[in-house]
Amino acid sequence: MSSHSTDGTAAVHEPVFTGATRARLEAVFANYPTKQACLLPALWMVQEERGWISEPAIGEVAEVLHLTPAYVKGVVTFYTMYHTHPVGRHFIQVCTTSPCNICGAEDVVKALLAATGCGELGATSPDGRFTVIEVECLGACGFATPILVDDDFIENVSPDRVPDILQRYP
Amino acid sequence: MGFPHPSHPKETVVLSQYFGAAEARTYDGWVARGGYEGLRKALGMSREAIVEEVKASGLRGRGGAGFPTGLKWSFMPKDVVKPHYLVCNADESEPGTFKDREIMRWTPHALIEGCAIAAYAIGAERCYIYIRGEFTEPWAIMSKAVEEAYARGALGADALGSGKRVDMILHRGAGAYICGEETAMMNSIEGKRGNPRIKPPFPAVAGLFGLPTTINNVETLAAVPHILTRGAAWYKALCLGNPKSTGTKLISICGHIQRPGNYEVTMGTPLKEILYEMAGGPRPGRTFKAIIPGGSSVPIMTREEAEAALFDYEGIVEQGSMLGSAGLIVMDDTTDMVYQIWRLARFYAHESCAQCTQCREGTAWTTKILERILAGRGKQEDFQLLLDLSENMTGKTICVLSDSCAAPVVSGIRKFRSEFEAYIAGAREPTLAGV
Ligand SMILES: Cc1cc2nc3c(=O)[nH]c(=O)nc-3n(C[C@H](O)[C@H](O)[C@H](O)COP(=O)(O)O)c2cc1C
Ligand code: SF4
Ligand code: FES
Repeated sequence: MSSHSTDGTAAVHEPVFTGATRARLEAVFANYPTKQACLLPALWMVQEERGWISEPAIGEVAEVLHLTPAYVKGVVTFYTMYHTHPVGRHFIQVCTTSPCNICGAEDVVKALLAATGCGELGATSPDGRFTVIEVECLGACGFATPILVDDDFIENVSPDRVPDILQRYP
Repeated sequence: MGFPHPSHPKETVVLSQYFGAAEARTYDGWVARGGYEGLRKALGMSREAIVEEVKASGLRGRGGAGFPTGLKWSFMPKDVVKPHYLVCNADESEPGTFKDREIMRWTPHALIEGCAIAAYAIGAERCYIYIRGEFTEPWAIMSKAVEEAYARGALGADALGSGKRVDMILHRGAGAYICGEETAMMNSIEGKRGNPRIKPPFPAVAGLFGLPTTINNVETLAAVPHILTRGAAWYKALCLGNPKSTGTKLISICGHIQRPGNYEVTMGTPLKEILYEMAGGPRPGRTFKAIIPGGSSVPIMTREEAEAALFDYEGIVEQGSMLGSAGLIVMDDTTDMVYQIWRLARFYAHESCAQCTQCREGTAWTTKILERILAGRGKQEDFQLLLDLSENMTGKTICVLSDSCAAPVVSGIRKFRSEFEAYIAGAREPTLAGV
C-alpha cells in the first residue's frame, strides 16, 4: 500500500496495529460486544501513532475490524477531531462560539494566526510547527477563551498570553 | 460552590462540595469523605427499592430535558433476559455549559459511584461513560479513578463484595455536538456516524446494541449516591416551594459577568440572586441586556424576564424560556445581539447531522440570511423569512437540534428587533463582509 504525502512523494504505509499497539487494540476488543464498536478507539490509536488518518490507515483499520474502507471513511469524516490530512507538529483548537466570542475569542484567533505564522485558519505554518483551527464550544465557557494545544487544555487565553504559550511548543 | 471562586453563603453545596480539593479525587480520599457508602447501601437493596427511592426524591434529568430519573429507570424490563446497558452522557457540548466537566475533574468517584448504583438498579452489568474527545483532562482523571475503583474492588465481578457485577468502560468521543443526543450517542458507541435515531423504539426497549438501555447525564448520576445515603426525603426537601423541581442544581455562568463559574443552588432560587449576589453582577459600568438560561438551545430572556424568574424547571418556563442544561450565558449592553445570534445559528448549521431536510437546509439558510443582514444587505422581508424558516424547523425533525437553532432566532427577533432594524436600515456599520 502506498499513499501520497503532502510533498507529493509516495510513502509506504507501515502497519499501525503491530506489537504493543496491536495488544492495546486486543484489549479494547474485550470492552465491546462487536468489532465495529471498536472503531472510534482504533481511529484514536491511529491518530496518536501517526498524527493523522491516511487512506491506507483507513484500509488497515477496516481490515482489522472486518469493515469496508468506505464504511470506515464515512465514520472518520463525520467526526471533526480526526485529521484526514497531515497537520502541523502542534495542533491548536480555539473556541469561538458565542460565550467565548463575546469575551474576545476572535482576537485570540487573530493573535494565534499572526504569532504562529499560519496566516489563515486550517493552514499549517511554513515551518510545519503549527496548525490553528476554530472549533465550537469546548465545554469550558466560564474560562474564556479556552484553547487545546495538542492534548493540553489551556484556559483563560487572551491575546497577550499567546507568545508565552506558543513558546512551550517547539 | 462557585468554582473557581469560594462558596457563596447562598449556595447549597452538595455536588460541588469538594471541587478544588485534589485529595477527593483518590479512592481513599473519596471514602474518607463518605464515598461509596451509597453504593454499599444500594447493593444491599432490591433493584425496585432503589428505583422507588430515586422516584421519591423527585430527581429530574440534568442533561436538558428534565425527565424524572426514577421513572426513566422504571421503564427498563423487570427481568433481565438480555443484557441491559447504562450509558452516562459526558459529552457536555452545549454552549454555556461546563458543569459535568468539573464533576469529572474533581469528584470522579462520585460519578463512578452514581453510575454503579444506576447500573445495578436498571439490571445492567455494564456502563459506558461517553466523554467528549476534547475533555483530555477529565478523561485522564476518570481513567485513573476507574482503574482505582477496580483495583479496590468497588467495580468488577464482585462490586464491594456484593457478588454483583458492575463494569465501567470509558468511551472517547471525537468531536460532534450531536453525539450528546442520546440515540446519536448509542450509534457513536457502536462505531457508527453519530446520527440520531427515530424514536420509537425508545432506548429502554431497544437502545445500545439493540438492547435495553438507560442514558443519564453526569450531574444526574452524581446526585444519586447522595440520595441513597441521605434519603429521598432529604433531597425532596431541597426545594423552595415548587415540589416539581427538587434538589440542588449546578449552574454554569459565563459571558459578561464578574465571577464566571459553577454555582450550586437549591431549586427555586431567584435568578436575580444568582446573577447579582453569587456571580457578582455585571462588569463595572455595564448593565445586563440578555440572558440565555439553559445553554444556547433555549429562548433568549431579556434582563427583566431573567430578574423576575425563579431558577427551576417551571420558573424559567414561566418567564418564557427553559432550564435546559442550566448553562447561563450572560450578555451585557455591549453585545451585538444580531452578531451573536448569527454565531449561534452558525454553530447549529455546523453541528447538524444533515439527516433531516428542515434542519440541514434551515440551519444553513438561517445562517446565510443573518450573514446578509450583518453585511448591511438585509431586507424587511428577512424577518418573515427567518420566522417562516424557524417555524418549519420546529417540531418536525428526528431530534431537537433543529428546534434549538430556531429558539434563539425567534426570541431574538421578538425581543431585540431594533438591533436587526438598525442593520437593515443602514444605521449600523456592517460587521461582516458578507456572502
Ligand atoms: C442536540 C442535542 C444535544 C445534547 N447534548 C447533551 C449533552 O451534551 N449532555 C447531556 O447530558 N445531554 C445532552 N442532550 C440530552 C440527551 O439526549 C438526553 O436527554 C440526556 O442525556 C438524558 O439524561 P438525563 O435524563 O439524566 O438528563 C442533548 C440532546 C440533544 C437533542
Ligand atoms: S434535527 Fe438535525 S441534527 Fe437532528 S437528526 Fe435531524 S438533521 Fe440531524
Ligand atoms: S463557548 Fe467557548 S468553551 Fe463554551
